[in-house]
Amino acid sequence: MAMSRAQICEKVRGTLVDALGVDEEEVTEDATLMGDLGAESIDFLDIVFRLEKAFGIKIPREELFPAENLLNNADYVNNGKLTAQGLARLKSQMPHVDFADFEQDPDLNKIPDLFRVKSIVKYIEGKVSAA
Amino acid sequence: MKGGRESTGRMRWIWIDRFEEFESGRRAVAIKNVSLTEEYLHDHFPGYPVMPPALLIEAMAQTGGILVGEARNFREKVILAKITQAVFYQEARPGDQLRLEAVLENLTDEAATIHGTIRCGAQHVADIKLMFSHIDKNRSGVEFPEENFVFDNGSFLSLLRAYRLGGDRTAGRSEARGG
Repeated sequence: MAMSRAQICEKVRGTLVDALGVDEEEVTEDATLMGDLGAESIDFLDIVFRLEKAFGIKIPREELFPAENLLNNADYVNNGKLTAQGLARLKSQMPHVDFADFEQDPDLNKIPDLFRVKSIVKYIEGKVSAA
Repeated sequence: MKGGRESTGRMRWIWIDRFEEFESGRRAVAIKNVSLTEEYLHDHFPGYPVMPPALLIEAMAQTGGILVGEARNFREKVILAKITQAVFYQEARPGDQLRLEAVLENLTDEAATIHGTIRCGAQHVADIKLMFSHIDKNRSGVEFPEENFVFDNGSFLSLLRAYRLGGDRTAGRSEARGG
């Protein structure tokens, strides 16, 4: 039961509309979950629950939104920015995310911008094609 | 206001009257009787008493919160984290007996979700979906005041005990040894 990217996208958007109480038009592929769609930390868990159900997959803890435990590690964070080591680690944990802009200035305050609708779509694509 | 930790044995604010059914880790049904002796109804509204929808959510949060806590033998601190959905179809008025059914949808180390339905007789009063967080697993080191938790070790559990002591009134009764 291969799903096309468009089908995945549609389902992800529906999931976010339900989880965050936003309008469908707001859920563009480039929208950031926190900045644009107003997600708070607890919403991330809610989103994971809903995606698991919608796609019939298991999403291991910290796989889709892994940043949190990284930030408590002194090797990875220095002066409000990710160290090279931290950046490398985050990239390896999140192959579904586009780091091009973030790499220029890996400021911790910009981490929320990494979580975009399209990164969820890409993550799910990887999951369902592996299944 | 409630600053102290001298709270052992203090009566907490309980907003459900009793459990009717309790299936560990699956679902719970609680009863809330709406009575005109409850003071808030005199102000909400004068001459037209209705239970505020926020208190319907509170009743469901207590029903669902106990269901979530019991599923792990009350080892985790449970806190209401998110009202995912709340739709009200019908007012709750004095004399109504509300039947609150909470069904556990997800339960992980960090959090749980329930789907709740409130009925009064044959009437559908509300649909409420809630998310609870296991606070210890989410923000280590941050202390929350006791009164934020759905239950403490005392009064709420007496509701559950009372239910179990009530005997085999329902087929759905099960022991507390949840997984």
